Amino acid sequence: MARMTMREAISQALMEEMDRDPSVFILGEEVGVWGGTYAVTKGFYDKYGPKRVKDTPIAENAIIGAAIGAAMVGQRPVAELMTINFAFSAMDMIVNQAAKLRYMFGGQFNLPLVIRAVGGGGRQLGATHSQTPDAVFAHFPGLKVVSPGTPADAKGLLKSAIRSDDPVLFIEHATMYQVRGEVPEGEYLEPIGKSKIQRPGRDLTIVTYCKGLELSMKAAEELAREGIEAEIVDLRTLRPLDMAPVLESFKKTNRAIVVEEGWKSFGVGSEVASRIYEQAFDYVDAPILRVAQKEVPLPYNRTLEQAALPQVADIIAAAKEVLR
Amino acid sequence: MNKGQLLDWYYQMVLIRRVEERGAELYQAGKIGGFMHLYIGQEAVSTGIVAAREPRDRLITAYRDHGVALNCGISAREVMAELLGKITGMSKGKGGSMHMASVEKNMWGGHAIVGAHLPIAAGMALGDQYAGNDNVTICMFGDGATNIGYFHEALNLSKIWNLRVLWVCENNKYGMGTAVERASAVVDIRQKAEAYAMKNGQVDGMDVVKVYQAAKETIDFVRRESQPYFLEVITYRFRGHSMGDPERYRRPEEVRQWQENDPIGIFRRYLLENKLADQKTLDEIEARVERDVQDAVEFAEASPEPPLQELYTDIFVD
Repeated sequence: MARMTMREAISQALMEEMDRDPSVFILGEEVGVWGGTYAVTKGFYDKYGPKRVKDTPIAENAIIGAAIGAAMVGQRPVAELMTINFAFSAMDMIVNQAAKLRYMFGGQFNLPLVIRAVGGGGRQLGATHSQTPDAVFAHFPGLKVVSPGTPADAKGLLKSAIRSDDPVLFIEHATMYQVRGEVPEGEYLEPIGKSKIQRPGRDLTIVTYCKGLELSMKAAEELAREGIEAEIVDLRTLRPLDMAPVLESFKKTNRAIVVEEGWKSFGVGSEVASRIYEQAFDYVDAPILRVAQKEVPLPYNRTLEQAALPQVADIIAAAKEVLR
Repeated sequence: MNKGQLLDWYYQMVLIRRVEERGAELYQAGKIGGFMHLYIGQEAVSTGIVAAREPRDRLITAYRDHGVALNCGISAREVMAELLGKITGMSKGKGGSMHMASVEKNMWGGHAIVGAHLPIAAGMALGDQYAGNDNVTICMFGDGATNIGYFHEALNLSKIWNLRVLWVCENNKYGMGTAVERASAVVDIRQKAEAYAMKNGQVDGMDVVKVYQAAKETIDFVRRESQPYFLEVITYRFRGHSMGDPERYRRPEEVRQWQENDPIGIFRRYLLENKLADQKTLDEIEARVERDVQDAVEFAEASPEPPLQELYTDIFVD
């Protein structure tokens, strides 16, 4: 084990996989000479050279299209989108091509590609650069959507994503690169499509992932001081969604809230709550509540932005509400 | 070009024509669903292009893809079965008319979103460049695709990264029902390649021999120079954009005029005038096509539907 930041864990995963498999290469805006706009690929260009760390034009369709084509003929590209907000420029490439080509051609080829994208609000970047549209991408069959909440999971899941023969959208959070945690060294893989209990508890279940995990862990500590023990289930992967640990936890606590950074309407919370109602209705002791972003485009002003984003206090309030 | 090769091209061109004519009948009879875009009138283009490639060169095209599929060696049986949505189609009936592909034949589809396969083609060439081989990716698309962002991102990328792509624009004068001059700032489409400092040329797409020669030269150029090349092929589709096209955007006389330049007729005259084939030989080829198409239709109609379990296969590998 080594203590490191989320940024270091992601870098380590990339580097280990590039060292392990020569078919892995990186492409994206400013990934090379610049070293990555979030410094994840700092030093990669010097180590691996321009063939394996490819700076692209600012052209998201070309980036994702090139990754798809290279994957079709047997390489393992890791395409970086500077932010997930730019994925909208390449929406057709991601949801209409990457997610569908294998099925449409009867499984004749695989698409072993990873799209790394940075999402999330809280950095005063304004409405177009601050979104958490994870649920949008998780809507489409054919695309795996992974979003880790700890450095260890970031490493283990990214390594699995690179080895996966399917297209994986790997969503990182812009405010979490400095989050520290224990990370196993060397060969360490976490399975895609498996939820995980990040904190055991008996009183209520908090279902969350990514930034929501960071906030929920803080909320759980405060709740514990009041004698409330929350069990936290980290989804880690949105598609395929693993509900088993969620249902198991809920059958024990009979109360749940779902915490996500994206907008509440048509979101991850709606999906998880529906599935609990469908599959564990007899265990429901209180309405399942959703903690999410206010239904507004994120403003620049810091006070307004924070007011729109879900906070620890919102989680505590929702937890107390379902326990009332 | 030897005689056997030329006669094989004749077979392929007539095969495309007849497969599509039978396909149109089956469509009218309700046995083929969805959209179906006929290649009739453009047979010389794909026949000449595909004949010029090495087997290792990759082919990718748009949704008007039956011709390319047959030229690449996908059997008429598989094409017809895919049109009918049967399990014996190359994509198990999941792709249909617009998504014909056979990795085994180095034919990578059949892509139905206009322009979307252009960045993917650049990516295939990138994959080959990364692997260190000198395969050429041949990417075919219509004039309509040259007005969409994909086109510009893909051409630019292929040039800055020295990717081995032969871009083949089939200019058939209309993007759906909108004439080139109403949709494109430049009518001479190959000029668009100039914006990317890309070598380019133009060829008569109704003459298979000319198409073949141009393709041969340009594929060699791409392989040798490790550079993309933009080839504009002037052609014309005799049928509507798709099966449900009222064709209000063009006059019947215009269509008739082009039909006088039928690529099959032109090639037929070429073979006869140059004593490369006699009437009897060509009649025999046509009779063989007729038998093969009949066999393909019977095969497709007799083939089973995909079992319902197929709904859930091929989404993910694991």
